[in-house]
Amino acid sequence: MGLTLTWLSVIVLIPLAGLFLKTFELSFDQFWDIVTSRRTLNALKISFGLAFLAAIVNLVMGMIIVWALVRYRFPGRRLFDAIVDIPFALPTAVAGVALTSLFAQKGWLGAPLAELGIKVAFTPIGIFVAMVFIGIPFVVRTVQPVLIDLDTEIEEAAASLGANRWHTVFRVILPSLIPAMLTGFALAFARAVGEYGSVIFIAGNLPNISEIAPLLIVIRLSEYRYADATAIAVVMLLASFLIIFAVNRIQRWAQIRIPTH
Amino acid sequence: MTQRSLEWQTARDDARSEPRWIRWIVISLAIIFLTIFVVLPLALVFTQAFSRGLGAYLGALADPEALSAIRLTLVVAAISISINLVFGLMAAWAIAKFEFRGKTALISLIDLPFSVSPVISGLVFVLLFGAQGFFGPWVQSHNIPILFAVPGIALATTFVTFPFVARALIPLMQEQGTMEEEAAISLGASGLQTFFRVTLPNIKWGVLYGVLLCNARAMGEFGAVSVVSGHIRGETNTMPLLVEILYNEYQFVSSFAIASLLAMLALITLVAKTILERHLDEGQPARGD
Repeated sequence: MGLTLTWLSVIVLIPLAGLFLKTFELSFDQFWDIVTSRRTLNALKISFGLAFLAAIVNLVMGMIIVWALVRYRFPGRRLFDAIVDIPFALPTAVAGVALTSLFAQKGWLGAPLAELGIKVAFTPIGIFVAMVFIGIPFVVRTVQPVLIDLDTEIEEAAASLGANRWHTVFRVILPSLIPAMLTGFALAFARAVGEYGSVIFIAGNLPNISEIAPLLIVIRLSEYRYADATAIAVVMLLASFLIIFAVNRIQRWAQIRIPTH
Repeated sequence: MTQRSLEWQTARDDARSEPRWIRWIVISLAIIFLTIFVVLPLALVFTQAFSRGLGAYLGALADPEALSAIRLTLVVAAISISINLVFGLMAAWAIAKFEFRGKTALISLIDLPFSVSPVISGLVFVLLFGAQGFFGPWVQSHNIPILFAVPGIALATTFVTFPFVARALIPLMQEQGTMEEEAAISLGASGLQTFFRVTLPNIKWGVLYGVLLCNARAMGEFGAVSVVSGHIRGETNTMPLLVEILYNEYQFVSSFAIASLLAMLALITLVAKTILERHLDEGQPARGD
């Protein structure tokens, strides 16, 4: 127990505490100036805004994928089930170069899209695409076990009581999936906010337009502006703490709501 | 089956499923989405890698820079796996077999590295060991290379992969309880004997599972390593970093050749993971719910 805590402190807690200590070397005004400077604000807006949109897409598409995988039988179902995990397993740099080449102007998907006048690579849309990619597994993998465990007798009961299928799905099944859906959404959002490797290749990285917050941290570091890098990191870290806290709350709430599980 | 029970069966199915056209749309949407976002990028890695034939592919991999990146990646992965293995066993042991206050908090703390941006994971070590860092001057005066050297890369990788082994073992050990250990100790086994003869054989698949995921992430980590590595060619470039450098130099075949190795690692990891999950399910008694 004591050993565990010591170890945890050495590898995780002391480094993270160092980050906060470093911020205290700044006065509040300095910190505020860095965080509210135009370039920082824009980078944070891009990271959080696009991550939110991507997480919404992940939520909707994740539910569609999970429904198809759990409730229907179709050729290749097991293969597609396994494929869902690839964004977890594929190194982010590999995902980054692959998505960039795919959506570049001469790429397999970039070329047809360019003919429609849509440019994906090296624009904010590219950042969004990479964030969608990286977030695919979260909603699917949090909702899947809950949907599998769901008692089909409840559905039969609803149907025998005269509910049509829409009512059964949206009034009976969906409400019991909501905690898992929210957890998956929050995890996808958190991952996309901090994502670096798969985004920077496709982003274009123009300050104020397509520059994500993690990249701005790297740029500030390379300019030896450690205070700037630290201040941005602290804002992002606080945001991810909030998200973890929210996820814990959701899970506790779900346990209270469904006491049998 | 009689006509009636068949009708009854269809009615039951209808009550539990959607009209055929909705089923069809849902399945197509799922397949199209996964194909665009996952299958195509993966296929592209291999097509690009082999776009100039097998010779060019093998040539790219035999390049001294590529070989040194592969070597460094293996070394770093080995270091962080060993560290996290020891910790993971310790942490899971403490959490699963003993009762103490703040247990949930401890589990959340172990999970912390999962929710920190990889760039921030690298940044914290720059702040600790950089020239202006807390331990920077001390490290420099003792001539211990950490930043822009292998130890820094290993540290950042260990940080990022910290939760994997512990996460894989905690639920497994909790489910197994402490009965067998208590029996062993009451029969006169020492603590270490109990651990190596009773606990470890029970959790071996879980250990493998954690190591597998830890390894995949360790070899593929980009953001954290990129911040601490300094990108010294032939010295501190891991495979993912080399992918970036070659890509930015428009050496697409070489870049995708290295990327294809990492992609294969990911695919092998997924297959091994599925097999291990089957072992883990078998090893556990059927749950009562």
